Amino acid sequence: MMAKTQKIYNFMGPRKLMAAFSLTLLLISVASLAINGLKFGLDFTGGSLVEIGYEQPADLGVIRNALEDAGYEDVTVQTFGAATDVLIRLGETHDPKLGDNILQQLQSAESDQTLTLRRNEFVGSQVGEELREQGGLGMLLALAMIMIYLAFRFQIKFSLGAVLALVHDVVIVLGMFSMLQLEFDLTVLAAILAVIGYSLNDTIVVYDRIRENFRIMRKADAIEIMNSSLSQTLSRTLMTSFTTILVLIALAVFGGSTIFGFAVALLAGIGVGTYSSIYVAANLLLMLKVTRDDLIPPPKEDVVDEMP
Amino acid sequence: MLNRYPLWKNLLIIFVLLVAGLYAAPNLYPEDYAVQVSGTREAYTVDQALMKRLEEDLNQSGVEFKSAELNEGTGLIRFSDSDTQLRAKDLISKELGTNYVVALNLAATTPDWLTEIGAGPMKLGLDLRGGVHFLLEVDMAQAVGQRLDVYVSDIKGKLRDERLRYREVEHLSDGRLSVRFVDAQVRDDAQALLHTNFPEFLIESADEGSEYFLYINLTEQTIREIEDYAVKQNLTTLRNRVNELGVAEPLVQRQGRNRIVVQLPGIQDAAAAKRIIGKTANLEFRLEAKPDASRVTTESYEFRNEPGRKATLEKDIIITGSNVANAQASFDENGMPQVNITLDGKGGQMMSRVTRNAIQRRMAVLFVEHKSRIVQQNVDGETVEKRIPYTEKGIISLATIQSTLGNSFRITGLESSQESSELALLLRAGALAAPIYFVEERTVGPSMGAENIAMGITSVQIGFALVLAFMLLYYRVFGVLANIALTLNLVLLVSVMSILSATLTLPGIAGIVLTVGMAVDANVLIFERIKEELRNGLPPQSAIHAGFERAYSTILDANITTLLAAVILFAMGTGPVKGFAVTLSVGILTSMFTAILVTRGLVNLAYGGRKLNKLSL
Repeated sequence: MMAKTQKIYNFMGPRKLMAAFSLTLLLISVASLAINGLKFGLDFTGGSLVEIGYEQPADLGVIRNALEDAGYEDVTVQTFGAATDVLIRLGETHDPKLGDNILQQLQSAESDQTLTLRRNEFVGSQVGEELREQGGLGMLLALAMIMIYLAFRFQIKFSLGAVLALVHDVVIVLGMFSMLQLEFDLTVLAAILAVIGYSLNDTIVVYDRIRENFRIMRKADAIEIMNSSLSQTLSRTLMTSFTTILVLIALAVFGGSTIFGFAVALLAGIGVGTYSSIYVAANLLLMLKVTRDDLIPPPKEDVVDEMP
Repeated sequence: MLNRYPLWKNLLIIFVLLVAGLYAAPNLYPEDYAVQVSGTREAYTVDQALMKRLEEDLNQSGVEFKSAELNEGTGLIRFSDSDTQLRAKDLISKELGTNYVVALNLAATTPDWLTEIGAGPMKLGLDLRGGVHFLLEVDMAQAVGQRLDVYVSDIKGKLRDERLRYREVEHLSDGRLSVRFVDAQVRDDAQALLHTNFPEFLIESADEGSEYFLYINLTEQTIREIEDYAVKQNLTTLRNRVNELGVAEPLVQRQGRNRIVVQLPGIQDAAAAKRIIGKTANLEFRLEAKPDASRVTTESYEFRNEPGRKATLEKDIIITGSNVANAQASFDENGMPQVNITLDGKGGQMMSRVTRNAIQRRMAVLFVEHKSRIVQQNVDGETVEKRIPYTEKGIISLATIQSTLGNSFRITGLESSQESSELALLLRAGALAAPIYFVEERTVGPSMGAENIAMGITSVQIGFALVLAFMLLYYRVFGVLANIALTLNLVLLVSVMSILSATLTLPGIAGIVLTVGMAVDANVLIFERIKEELRNGLPPQSAIHAGFERAYSTILDANITTLLAAVILFAMGTGPVKGFAVTLSVGILTSMFTAILVTRGLVNLAYGGRKLNKLSL
């Protein structure tokens, strides 16, 4: 009664189209990164940030004028979440009393409400530079470690395919941050590294199945194997992405200014990661001309045992 | 296929979960607002009598407190809200004066029986409880430069002692020392002498016309030692200063070669903290120059509070602030702020020796402050920020010496009582061995901290509820089992974090939320696999068995790679990123345990050992 058969979708049918689509996305991302660059946040550029709480919704124009009149240059003023919560960014060199000064300045313009200094951050430009270097280095190191592990557990073509799929995901997420000029700070970097972990997770589940099917489906060709592996893992891929997206939406909506960028980066990363584990990862294996011979000799335990 | 765990395996799982529950429990008890009292020195300790006095004071002023306890010389008084806490702190500080440190704190309310097994709540990071984070950089060039200046006088003294005639000893701008001679033989003798006396020197000789030079560099190792010493010395001084500020659970830690992290949780006045931590102030005591003194031996300085007024002082320094053993701020007969100073043994001797012969002359107290300004410079077409250090010296008092000064005396001429108390504090805590600069600062207001916690908890709750609901709808009975496992995973995660006494930060909470999302992945993998095996025609019990077995290696591979990324994040990251990496790694490990072992156990309990026709999946 349970002998329904698994529906096999022809995922690899439009694989040229999908490859072209991915390539286009990659090109746009790289172009945007080259032209617009990333809008690095305080953590990487250095500078100051002051967050001030108002009792009533704040008028950004008034604040901007008040600060410009007071002689602060290079100021960005924006609200975050609530209209009573104002973020002020300055490229100003450091002054220990900056937060208090700005608070006073703005308070004097607002006589009928009390303002509170919620957050005051300053990062030296040199520290920012070091972080940028370290972040890039960390990402490369993570990629290298993962590649070694996969080459060891699977095979070099799988390892290459997984890492290329990963680079695909990361570049597109970075490209999105560059296109939309979203701020790229430390927590976003953390999110990108989490995307690396997550997207890999997805790819590996698919690869695991491909490896298994290569051993079981002795007569099928590579494309058939890809299709059935993807179809078999499809509901899992979608389920997991869906549950993760659920919590990330909760984070983005309720998490506040500090982790908004984090949630957005991960949402984008999981979107791209889900797409890439279906259309890119397996496609890459085909391009790398993976064959059954690559997986020989198969460890015997997997094939023989456990079948009742 | 029976799908039953042996008894020991069930017991083991139950045991692990019980222990986890126990160690996670302290997080359920909310923290108390508390005021912590401790003495600054041996002479001022907190004892029962003092605590009694404070309790009576609080009662008299109508400030309600929950309890007062004394632990190894530190008193802790608990309150029910932060307003009462603040009022009580003001009251207690006024009562105790400057000899005691009165600090705001959040005190855990973990019951004794839990404390005894070593359980305690997770620590909250600065972003969750409010506070200040500073990253300071020690000016290494200055540290080495100061040492080189000392070497200049050492070299002169040595050469003079050995009657080797030199023309000049100079500290060159490229960081070398040069000694100039007129005689090649003397130069060679001096080289041999310096070589044996200062093994840390790298000495080169050079002839330029009729003059003979020695150029001295320090060895790499000596420079490293000087730098190391400077950082260590600064750490000690900063710790002293932070202690004087009265912060509960401060963190002062070296980071990398030349940086120091200072974290002050719960501090109210960040500006004051910064003023005191960053100050490189010192004092110099000098005699006023006699009118007929040669220009070479004197220097003039302005008065700090009276721009334009100047006095000429001798170049020789009697003592500096580092000879001060104790300093207390108070007021003189006219109500003007003053600082009472007690010198250490050596300082006292120096002071009395000099002042004995200088009665009726005037002595100046010179306030010395190392500052820096940032200048934009154009180097190879690129604008670079450069820090130019400079020293500011100003006279704060110039008073006639009435009689020989000994160990203790007072300084007047200060601007305000704030200045006198800060000066006293700085003198007590010691001077910094090398100037420091703020390279990073993060202040989180206490209200923002509370808000961050609330937001974090809300997003965990909502995300968690959504996932639970979805799993229930999609997988029915298996969904219920997965949800129980997921809940247990959260408990396990919290308990591991508490046992490691890891610090919970906002990105850390994000890590927990993400773990919740990803933890279901293992269950989804297993369930989908069971469904598939059913479709392939396996009977239910075999399908369950095969589902778990087959999914196992996939789960392992997928999680280990994520773990690799998380570990690298931890190693490379700082502050907030580290917090995220910790929760992510712990979450991966605990979720593997719950998804594989606990879910299997639950499935076995629900379905194992009986004949099944159908699975609710």
